[in-house]
Amino acid sequence: MPPAGAQRTLDVAIQRKSFRSASGESLDVLKDINFSLEPGEVGAIAGPSGCGKTTLLRIVAGLDTDFTGAVRRPAQGRLGYVFQEPRLLAWRSAADNVRIAAPETDEAGLEALFSALGLAGHADHYPGELSGGLARRVSLARAFAARPDLLVLDEPFVSLDAALAERLRGELAALVARRPVTTLLVTHDIEEAIALADRIILLSPRPARILGELRIDTPRGGRGLALTNKLRADIAQLNAAAGA
Amino acid sequence: MALRLLSLAVLIAAWQIGAHFAGPRLLPEPLAVARAIFEEARDGALFLHLGATLARVAVSFALAMFAGAALGLLMGRSRAADAIADPWIVVLLNLPALVIIVLAYIWAGLTETAAIAAVTLNKLPNAVVTLREGARALDRNLDEMAQVYAMPRLTWLRHVAAPQLGPYFAAASRSGLSLVWKIVLIVELLGRPNGVGFEIGSAFQLFDVTRILAYALAFVAVMLAIEMLVVQPFERHAARWRPKNP
Ligand SMILES: Nc1ncnc2c1ncn2[C@@H]1O[C@H](COP(=O)(O)OP(=O)(O)OP(=O)(O)O)[C@@H](O)[C@H]1O
Ligand SMILES: [Mg+2]
Repeated sequence: MPPAGAQRTLDVAIQRKSFRSASGESLDVLKDINFSLEPGEVGAIAGPSGCGKTTLLRIVAGLDTDFTGAVRRPAQGRLGYVFQEPRLLAWRSAADNVRIAAPETDEAGLEALFSALGLAGHADHYPGELSGGLARRVSLARAFAARPDLLVLDEPFVSLDAALAERLRGELAALVARRPVTTLLVTHDIEEAIALADRIILLSPRPARILGELRIDTPRGGRGLALTNKLRADIAQLNAAAGA
Repeated sequence: MALRLLSLAVLIAAWQIGAHFAGPRLLPEPLAVARAIFEEARDGALFLHLGATLARVAVSFALAMFAGAALGLLMGRSRAADAIADPWIVVLLNLPALVIIVLAYIWAGLTETAAIAAVTLNKLPNAVVTLREGARALDRNLDEMAQVYAMPRLTWLRHVAAPQLGPYFAAASRSGLSLVWKIVLIVELLGRPNGVGFEIGSAFQLFDVTRILAYALAFVAVMLAIEMLVVQPFERHAARWRPKNP
């Protein structure tokens, strides 16, 4: 139980993030990115390729501290991070990869998680023996098993077939429904953002700034076609306004 | 395997022919050396000296590898540690083995401690440099993963770092084992009352080439056995996760 008055929300206030290239010139990647997520809220970040989404997630997770601004994570928060590439320990089995990162997981829970993610039968395989999609799912299993308070996902469902991506989105929604997890999800897919998020944060091309924030108050289950179409139109309008 | 045996047979044949021309004083026949090994084994002297040498090799090798791995890892991870320790390592690396041994005996007396310390110090810089290379090559992405999941230091060492350092450790062990046993022989020659080096030293004073070869070959056989029964199985175990048929 976090003490009273402890940080509960995720507050992101990045004034500026730039990289220095090998030739010495500086490259602005993020500019004035300010947003907050309530406990248990799911935020989706959408933006063009190369605009700085991964950079933003790394700052949020505390992996990159070289920026101007401040990020406040939920106090005593456990972190789960599904990296853009799986980042598994090649010398440990799929199940051990999860056990090592989430030592409190019991065997029954692990088995249930593996079968929910379509990994049954792969527990003893080494990452080198898994397909890209399977490895991605092990990385998801690892993040879920860590029982995170803050979950960060970098395009977790790309290059999976549509049916499987749908099923995994369902698993993510179920995880968030079971236990409130503040979630920040990067996606290219507007449909996915609309299906999963409570709040969509739309980024501009690099240097990324926030083009607009859309709140979705309708619960995840009840988002019909009408709402989806309306949100899509809003997003297209924001993008067009930025382009003009 | 067949090729190896053939090659070994050619070596022995060449030895036999060489012995024929050089005469038994300079190069005794293979069979004479085999007989000498057998004689020394029967009265127990062989095992006494082999055992003494092997114990010195084991202790100084273990010390050098343990300290070398710890220091190498530290230097590979921390710039400050590297800057501080690097000059010492360079000096040690370039100090001739003989100088270290002689100084150790002068400063600490002709003791077992001095002998072990001298051998360890000879091997140490080499282990440090190899393991430092390994520490520098550690995958940063995996370190970030460990950081995100708040892995305890020991978990990181065991599951993230150690498997990546395995090949470097194996390389340092391989070169280390042969280096260490050669230096142990010199240490024994100069200041120990037993061991293969001591025996070879006294055989040298009598120009007893048969005994020199008997002890040298017996010890080479022991080291080969260790390489085949310990080092290689360890390497296979450490590489078991690599997919077969690349
Ligand atoms: N370590 C780095 N050094 C220099 N430049 C970097 C570094 N990391 C990222 N960049 C640059 O910052 C920009 C944003 O990169 P980032 O990986 O955050 O993009 P992204 O939005 O995640 O892209 P994608 O959708 O393709 O994953 C890119 O132009 C990239 O070249
Ligand atoms: Mg990215």
